[in-house]
Amino acid sequence: MKILVITEQRQGKWNNASFETLAAAQQIAKDTSSTVSALVIGKGIAAFADELAAKNVAEVLKVEHDLLEAYTADGYCAALKQVVESAKPELVLFPHTYQVRDFAPKLAAMLGKGMIGDCIGYRNEGGKLVFVRQMFQGKTAADVVFVGTAPWFASFQSGAFRADLLAAHPSGKAPVNAVSVTVDAEQIRTRPLDLFKEAKSAVDLTQAPLIVAIGRGIKAPENIPQAEALAKALGGEIAASRPICDEGWLPMERQIGSSGQTVAPKLYLALGISGAIQHVVGMKGARTIVAINKDANAPIFEIADYGVVGDIFEIMPALTEALEKTKTA
Amino acid sequence: MNIIVCIKQVPSKDAPLAIAGNWIKESDIGFEMNEPDSYALEEALRLKEKHGGEVIALSLGPERVKQTIKEALAKGADRAIHIVDDHFAQLDPLGSAKTLAAAIQKEKADLVLTGLQSDDHGFGQTGVLLAGLLNLPHATIIMQIEVVDGKMKLKRELEAGWFQHIECPLPAVLSIQSGINKVRYATLKGIMAAKKKEIAAMTHESLGVSAEPTQRIEKIYVPTKTKKTEFLTGTPKEVATKLVEKLKFEARVI
Repeated sequence: MKILVITEQRQGKWNNASFETLAAAQQIAKDTSSTVSALVIGKGIAAFADELAAKNVAEVLKVEHDLLEAYTADGYCAALKQVVESAKPELVLFPHTYQVRDFAPKLAAMLGKGMIGDCIGYRNEGGKLVFVRQMFQGKTAADVVFVGTAPWFASFQSGAFRADLLAAHPSGKAPVNAVSVTVDAEQIRTRPLDLFKEAKSAVDLTQAPLIVAIGRGIKAPENIPQAEALAKALGGEIAASRPICDEGWLPMERQIGSSGQTVAPKLYLALGISGAIQHVVGMKGARTIVAINKDANAPIFEIADYGVVGDIFEIMPALTEALEKTKTA
Repeated sequence: MNIIVCIKQVPSKDAPLAIAGNWIKESDIGFEMNEPDSYALEEALRLKEKHGGEVIALSLGPERVKQTIKEALAKGADRAIHIVDDHFAQLDPLGSAKTLAAAIQKEKADLVLTGLQSDDHGFGQTGVLLAGLLNLPHATIIMQIEVVDGKMKLKRELEAGWFQHIECPLPAVLSIQSGINKVRYATLKGIMAAKKKEIAAMTHESLGVSAEPTQRIEKIYVPTKTKKTEFLTGTPKEVATKLVEKLKFEARVI
């Protein structure tokens, strides 16, 4: 089987989920005696192609065109359809990024095929590939298989595979092959404009995927910057249990619990929070709960996925440092 | 501006799910409007209030879906289309999109809106597939819509706090990001008015759609999750390293 991985870069930067998907492809290739090709698309992407060529891949496909400099769904679909038709892969894999969500299902449909999106894993059942994805907001998992003939399209959720397990090319470098595509300006119906970041205004903790929450264990307002530094290293929002806001150490809008906000983030890191029911009702829907508390019998541990019995003032700085390290790694 | 909003009905958020093969037992649980779709509906109603026109709610599913359609009508949709299908849960994303596209083609819509994804299957493909099938331009994860001179200026959410403005002609298909607006409640007046609004019933047969599936869900199951707390021990530094490792590769939340 020939596996084609569509990588993603924007404005001179990789989307690192690309390497996780490449690692997934290498693993599938090993399991099924297949080959992996990696594709990079855009303009002025020679350096990206070279970087991919250093990985354990059979070849790198470089798809360059002036009209592919900025991403558009129309441009990418037009170009990639031609590549899939000429390269004839059986399996086309994508990282499940916002950009992939925006065009990959349509690309598959243009070829009369379907896509299994947002997979968290796969199994090889005697040559049949079974893809695992979540349903019902992660309450259930589902085994999904392709029906019909290749090419098949699938995307892997970020974090599903480890980019650090990516194998390097055994003998130095894979060939980089430029694939020419025809794209007309008229085919591109949307016009991408400015890319920008917004200054954060009012906090909406319900939308925050990562939350660091503090409770009475923080002891004094002077200690809050330590928790804020941790939240910053995590890229998350700071929140608190009721007593902290009652004291005015943090604004009321950052309060989680029955009298505050109800949140269901991906990660809820509870620091020095005992886990009174009034607080728990506001955060028990979190996907992953980490509790750090000096009291091993604190009720927060009943709902925690990961627990640390210890001094938050020792663990906060250590954790901040460990998180900073993964960012620079 | 005529707008079609695709709305799915999904199990209520707090519904206890009992698995039955590759779907769930539908008896004894409540259903509600898919939350992401409620934002799409709200956006459609706001665009109509600003630019005039009509809002049509389009839903695919069994008889129970009528309740969600009525909610959309009570909130202000002008009429609705119900594609009645008891086996909708067995459709793959392309099959659902082909069915919806066939109904949309019968209308003259300037804009088709969907929510970002459904809280049940969670495929998140409908909007993009509709655009492909209807040969319309599209954009997804939309946080703002401005209509000027027959064109839209959109704000699209990217990852890691980035946004992008996009210009998109009409007609088009947009997938709306949750949180784009504050969703309204139906008023008593709205609920009364909804009783007189039209719900056109259609079927795969009347639409002439039969799609061969491209994928099949073999089974669903409760993921092997151990809510038993895993305690991490060691020096603060060791604990911190272990925790980051766990969050990154086991829980996959960072």
